[in-house]
Amino acid sequence: MRASLFITCYNDTLFPETGRAVVRLLERLGVELEFHPGQTCCGQMHANTGFRPEAFSQARRFVQMYQDAETVVIPSSSCVAMIRDQYPGLFEELGDEKLRRQFAALVPRIYELSEFLIDKLGVEDVGAYFPHRVTYHASCHGLRALHLGDRPFRLLAKVGGLELAPLENLDRCCGFGGTFSVKNGDVSSAMLATKLEDVLATGAEYCTALDNSCLMHLGGGMHRQYAPMKTIHMAQILASTQQEVHG
Amino acid sequence: MSSAGHPILDPTLAPPFPVAALPVLRNPQLRKNVAHAIDVIQAKRDRLVAEKTDWQALREAASGIKDEALENLAAYLEQFEERCTAAGGHVHWAGDAAEARRIILEILRQENADEVIKIKTMTSAEIQLNPFLEAAGIRTYETDLAEIILQLGNGEPSHIVVPALHVNRGQVREIFARSMGIENLSDDPQALTAAARHYLRQKFLTVPTAISGANFLIAETGAVVIVESEGNGRMCLTLPRTLITLAGIEKVLPRFADLEVMLQLLARSATGERMNPYTSLWTGVTPGDGPQNFHVVLLDNQRSPILARKTERQTLRCIRCGACMNTCPVYRQTGGHAYGSVYPGPIGAILTPQLQQLQHARSLPYASSLCGACYDVCPVKINIPEILIDLRARVTDQERETARKFSDPMYLGLRIANWIFSRARLFHLAQWTARIVLRFFTRKDGWIHSLPSVGAKWTQTRDLRGLPRETFHQWWSERERQRTRGQGGERPKEPGTREAAR
Repeated sequence: MRASLFITCYNDTLFPETGRAVVRLLERLGVELEFHPGQTCCGQMHANTGFRPEAFSQARRFVQMYQDAETVVIPSSSCVAMIRDQYPGLFEELGDEKLRRQFAALVPRIYELSEFLIDKLGVEDVGAYFPHRVTYHASCHGLRALHLGDRPFRLLAKVGGLELAPLENLDRCCGFGGTFSVKNGDVSSAMLATKLEDVLATGAEYCTALDNSCLMHLGGGMHRQYAPMKTIHMAQILASTQQEVHG
Repeated sequence: MSSAGHPILDPTLAPPFPVAALPVLRNPQLRKNVAHAIDVIQAKRDRLVAEKTDWQALREAASGIKDEALENLAAYLEQFEERCTAAGGHVHWAGDAAEARRIILEILRQENADEVIKIKTMTSAEIQLNPFLEAAGIRTYETDLAEIILQLGNGEPSHIVVPALHVNRGQVREIFARSMGIENLSDDPQALTAAARHYLRQKFLTVPTAISGANFLIAETGAVVIVESEGNGRMCLTLPRTLITLAGIEKVLPRFADLEVMLQLLARSATGERMNPYTSLWTGVTPGDGPQNFHVVLLDNQRSPILARKTERQTLRCIRCGACMNTCPVYRQTGGHAYGSVYPGPIGAILTPQLQQLQHARSLPYASSLCGACYDVCPVKINIPEILIDLRARVTDQERETARKFSDPMYLGLRIANWIFSRARLFHLAQWTARIVLRFFTRKDGWIHSLPSVGAKWTQTRDLRGLPRETFHQWWSERERQRTRGQGGERPKEPGTREAAR
């Protein structure tokens, strides 16, 4: 199987280790990965902050770049949600019929990472080994826009050595919200504090998620508080193997 | 005067949301009280929603009913007017707040009223009716228990179903003791309720004019519906000689049978009850029973323009259950006053700016992390995040026209980012630049603890990991390069190739 990796702008810049883990994981599962060198951003930040014409141009760019891809994998639920939920409205408003048709043909081939593993590859046990106590943060977009449901938990359940620490108030936002985190910095900080209480109460060594954006927020708060917990994208857990750990 | 008005809940005067939120953010006890109160309601709501196996079908039906009403609003309102008038009521049309206030004052003047009792009317707060009537010499008495607390204590509502959510029992005791002149009043709920009842009974028995809101208007029959928990509404609706109902035009439902859907959704969503304790329905005037003069004031006040936009039109489906604020992680931190309007929470964040035609309350569409919890619980399926984003686009388009765009780092940053994202080469150059610039802010531990400008809003409570030495695409292309080289090496030794030469 061939899949094109859309790494997303912030993963490319801030979290390259997540991208490398996706590559390791998917190649181990026999996926032939491609990486379009022209890729930049899906337009989410612009769309969600109200910069609609700017978001148009990035959405158009994305669709034109990936229209011939067999499958597109994106290790970020909020970017997938942007593409699925907001692109149709943007193209409708733009009145670009051709782009709308191209998008309609492309969108069924776009997968968030956990969707790709479970729905497309049909695997839950990816042969991972991660001997740590881990709690899972359900990002809002994964939870309510993509309806990932129990997919992340099914994947984590099959990771060797992993002990899952359940998180209270799983469905509560961490307060990141993109530019919300600075436009409403004080409110966002208060939301983060509330969320961190629940996350730290799990006593886990790692907090994982399918969005590095939430993890950047949670991790930034943890680091500021000298909390004994780290954040890690789920791709990195799923990419870890026994060989790596033991030698 | 301020006892009757809602000065801080005037969207034309309210400070921007991030500023308005600060007093509550700095008050941990109040935040704890707000969070506890909404958690209790939400837990009850979740339990009762879970027992309905047809909840999603009910939501679907309700949003369909409201859409049908909104798409044919003029026809249904005229039908309501016709049926209500035939049953002995008087229907008035108010284009804006000033007209509604004038109509109500005229009716009260005809009745020679110098006092009026009020129930279940947020709309009257929207049009700031109380200060207007007080200035005209007419005393207003709220009769909903929470509204009494607020009125007597010079407070403001912070929730649409539980307006005094932010006031604790000790404060209620203090307010009642002071304003009702009861020394030795205990803070026992029964004693407080008894004090309120005593105060209210006098008003119910002596004030002959009342103003109410409406939960629903029924086009088919001309009936008005009010749901409540205390029975004080029932008193207001039955004892006075004259009753004036103020209702937003979006309150109309096509048919009586539609209530079957709406009442199931409303009680469960609002208070976590299978059925609310008091549901009052009345149609016009019944000779010898209840108010003998009945007026309905239909209020537009910038609702019609909302109808014109398909996405935003959903806003007018709202049945004021408050479920969106009970589940909202932002409201949970800020409470209701920060929204600067009688309509707080997620629904307020979309309704208020639209009622203000985006001339005021422009910060409200940004008062959300777009987490989508409100959409999930909304009984009439208002896609609040979608509308927030739409309103943000309209606010941004306004900003493009103003000088602010040259001074706002966020605006400039996003414009530049868009240019950068238009070409991979620019994007990569920007990454390289950012890495160099951020190096000056990165400490030995590899983290950034403090940033200037917009970044300071991040680093006030959060660190940021310094940029890694290599981006993902650099790693990928380096790997590709090595692979190609490696593949070359595996090929049978061809004299003259670089690999072979090694």
